[in-house]
Amino acid sequence: MGAVLESSALIELFKTRAEAVSAQFEHLATRAEAIARIIELLRKEGIADQPQSYAVCAACPAITPADQAHLSAEVPGLRFDVTRELAAEAKVGISQLEWALANTGTLVQAADAPATRLVSMLPLLHIALVSTKAVLPDLPAVLERIDPRQSAYLSFITGPSRTADIERVLTIGVHGPERLIILMVDELPAPPFAGAQKTEAVQ
Amino acid sequence: MSESKVNFKQSILDALSNPNLTGALGNFSVAYRAGRAKAYEGIDFEALRDQIATIKGDAAGRFDELAEKFAMAAEAKGAKVFRTSDPKAVKDYILKLALDRGVKTIVKSKSMATEEIHLNKHLEKAGIEVQETDLGEWIIQLAGQTPSHMVMPAIHMTKEEVTTVFNTKVEDGQKPDIPKLVKFARGKLRPYFMKAEMGISGANIAVAETGSIVIVTNEGNARMVTTLPKIHVALIGYEKLIEHFKDIAPILIALPKSATAQLLTSYVSIITGPVPNTDGTPKELHIILMDNRRKEMAHDPRFKPALQCIRCASCLNVCPVFRLVGGHVFGKVYTGGIGTILTAWFNALKESDEIQSLCIQCGSCKDVCPGKIDIPDLILELRRRLAVEQGLPAIQKAIFSVVNNRRLFHSMMRAASIGQKPFAKEGFIRHLPLFLSGMTENRSLPAIADVPFRDRIKKIKQPKCSEKAAFYGGCLVDFAYPEMGEAVVKVLNKAGIEVIFPEGQTCCGAPARYSGAYEVAAQNGSDNIKALLAEDVKYVVSACPTCTVGLKHDFAAHLEAVGRTDELPAAKELAAKTWDFSTLAAKLVADGRLKFKKGIEPLQFTYHDSCHFKRTLHADQTPRNLMKQAGHELVEMDECDMCCGMGGSYTIKLPELSAPILKRKLQNVEKTGAPLVLTDCPGCTMQIGGGLDKSGSRTTVRHTAQQLADSLE
Repeated sequence: MGAVLESSALIELFKTRAEAVSAQFEHLATRAEAIARIIELLRKEGIADQPQSYAVCAACPAITPADQAHLSAEVPGLRFDVTRELAAEAKVGISQLEWALANTGTLVQAADAPATRLVSMLPLLHIALVSTKAVLPDLPAVLERIDPRQSAYLSFITGPSRTADIERVLTIGVHGPERLIILMVDELPAPPFAGAQKTEAVQ
Repeated sequence: MSESKVNFKQSILDALSNPNLTGALGNFSVAYRAGRAKAYEGIDFEALRDQIATIKGDAAGRFDELAEKFAMAAEAKGAKVFRTSDPKAVKDYILKLALDRGVKTIVKSKSMATEEIHLNKHLEKAGIEVQETDLGEWIIQLAGQTPSHMVMPAIHMTKEEVTTVFNTKVEDGQKPDIPKLVKFARGKLRPYFMKAEMGISGANIAVAETGSIVIVTNEGNARMVTTLPKIHVALIGYEKLIEHFKDIAPILIALPKSATAQLLTSYVSIITGPVPNTDGTPKELHIILMDNRRKEMAHDPRFKPALQCIRCASCLNVCPVFRLVGGHVFGKVYTGGIGTILTAWFNALKESDEIQSLCIQCGSCKDVCPGKIDIPDLILELRRRLAVEQGLPAIQKAIFSVVNNRRLFHSMMRAASIGQKPFAKEGFIRHLPLFLSGMTENRSLPAIADVPFRDRIKKIKQPKCSEKAAFYGGCLVDFAYPEMGEAVVKVLNKAGIEVIFPEGQTCCGAPARYSGAYEVAAQNGSDNIKALLAEDVKYVVSACPTCTVGLKHDFAAHLEAVGRTDELPAAKELAAKTWDFSTLAAKLVADGRLKFKKGIEPLQFTYHDSCHFKRTLHADQTPRNLMKQAGHELVEMDECDMCCGMGGSYTIKLPELSAPILKRKLQNVEKTGAPLVLTDCPGCTMQIGGGLDKSGSRTTVRHTAQQLADSLE
């Protein structure tokens, strides 16, 4: 994409492209804000401790054990012990993803742990956390940083699930989520796979 | 006609009389064109496809080596890799695995390779439930049909038809409301994902150095197929192999843009060895690399480039024929341009006999192919091989002997144009190449000139000039539109160039070429080379793009194809001095040898790009600029570079397709409101001019040469 974009320009481009594919984008400063926003969103979705109303969250550095306790207390029905059955009965899935690709509005995840895929696959709403520092310009940039032998399942997610198989009419939410909310947070610990190279990525 | 020919013609007529099909595909082709252009904004498509062609072309040359490397890498990560050339071995492997593991239900994400070997039927016969989960695939599975498009398998069906399928095969009470139908599918398929013991997927790319497979989807079903069941089987054709991981980038950049005009699909999954199952047990991952004649194809130098295909189906989306008839006329699995080629290889050459004739040779697909495959050329090669294998029909042989005898050809055409009936009765005229068919239903035919251009030019008083040009007429200018030839002479004379007409020139060989008769075409080339090089001229000029392509490119290709290599130097000498009219005129303007009239009355005109002129000669902007320089105003029509339906003898072989292609062209012409259509091709002039005349339009068609002759001082 020609000259290297400033990180703020990359974030702006990411937002534009993600919104163009029907994702919702929010930029937050701190982890505390992110936790508060998650609670707000889960309440709005009517998350409760009963089938069809759970929320499931895959383990990630962004949400510490202390946060888990706090979140569980605030939102009954939010579960961290993700199983396929729970995920299938959940309205909302939450996970942290490693990278964001600006020019396609894509999120990238090293998704070896099945929970990371279940939460972004079975519920109708996926809330995706990603660090502001993890925005890369494009696909080739992330491929340079990935060795697939280090992660057996790499997931690229660009907007919600979609189809145009009937009369070429774009319809959102076929098998996967019909909504994707991206919370991009400035102050967010990196997932392990993103590793030390992350800071270099946004220079 | 043979029974299969009758069935084939009937399938075309059925498709054409299905308004849902032609409407949906027609609208899609317009939306696709715009969407694709937008998706590629800011991207150097030529550089991108060069990269892809290099990566995949290189891989196709080393399939065995890469398959070995892939197997080592994937097995090192814990996958099982099975390689076979035999489709039956694939089916047996999967069935045995399923039976051994007690599999009752299989969920599948979309895989053309499984369609290719009819896997579902094999598994279902053994009592296993096989559930397609891609929405389009599920719909056609329920309807008992086959995919009509590689990317959008159910594009031929309306929402009403889908509703009926759901109501009769799944659950009554559905309404033709697309979001609700999609929700319904989600609800119905979810339990299958949860209970299936095996998931079967294809893959878009297989990376040798890492043993990774890359799966591209929008619906998210492939993520589920590869996550929820404990066994994952991926069936992959050898052509999906590439060597390096970094090289997935250009393919992933091009595929969504070319396939669905997306920057990237919703999901891309890269799987390298087994992951844990949702209960913590290790997943069983089986990867099958299937040959099914792909390696044989890689050893055929003509067809090796077809393995550069990334299965985006853009060749279907831009095809003027596909958008009329859809996929099912092409066959049962792979459809459209590339599908014709794949069918010939994966099934049998014979099976492509009819479908190859659907190609009008316009070259639209070649322009957009991200694998840089010259699809029309490969279809011609199929045609040539079919002609070699089956021999040309006697009638066609007789025709070539007429076409190649110019005097006889002219007098026969002249006679035919005066009184077609006696000829038509014999069923002879109908089969003559070019325009002698009595095919006047959709367009009028030009009157055949009573004096051909070859005789008229003798009467033109030309100034004595130091420079000379030899004019190559071609049948249409010579016999139907001598006024175009006169315009060429007039323009060149103004620039101080004398025009001669070498008498020995004959047919350019296009009719033979497009029938697969390369021996005849090569002889045509040889005769023309001798005639056109006999006198020392500076330029050889033609006003017909098909002929120009013959002189500049095909003569040498035909001679080479039939082993007459000693004539190649002469063919190249001719090619080097051959010019299409507009390009030569533009050069003469630039050199200051031609001057435009002053105070010309500006005319609105629209320009039709003839296929060879734009896509082989790449001269499409030249006549536009000349006319603008002359002071005329260009009003571009929609789809200006879409074929007019002429395609040489196509109008005679498949008039039922040529006619609706022409109709659309006429609509696009009329929409501009311009009173004048310019083009650089006498064939397009005949087709569009005849169509306009028949419809009572007052719009006229002229060759650029004619308009230019009137615009110069």
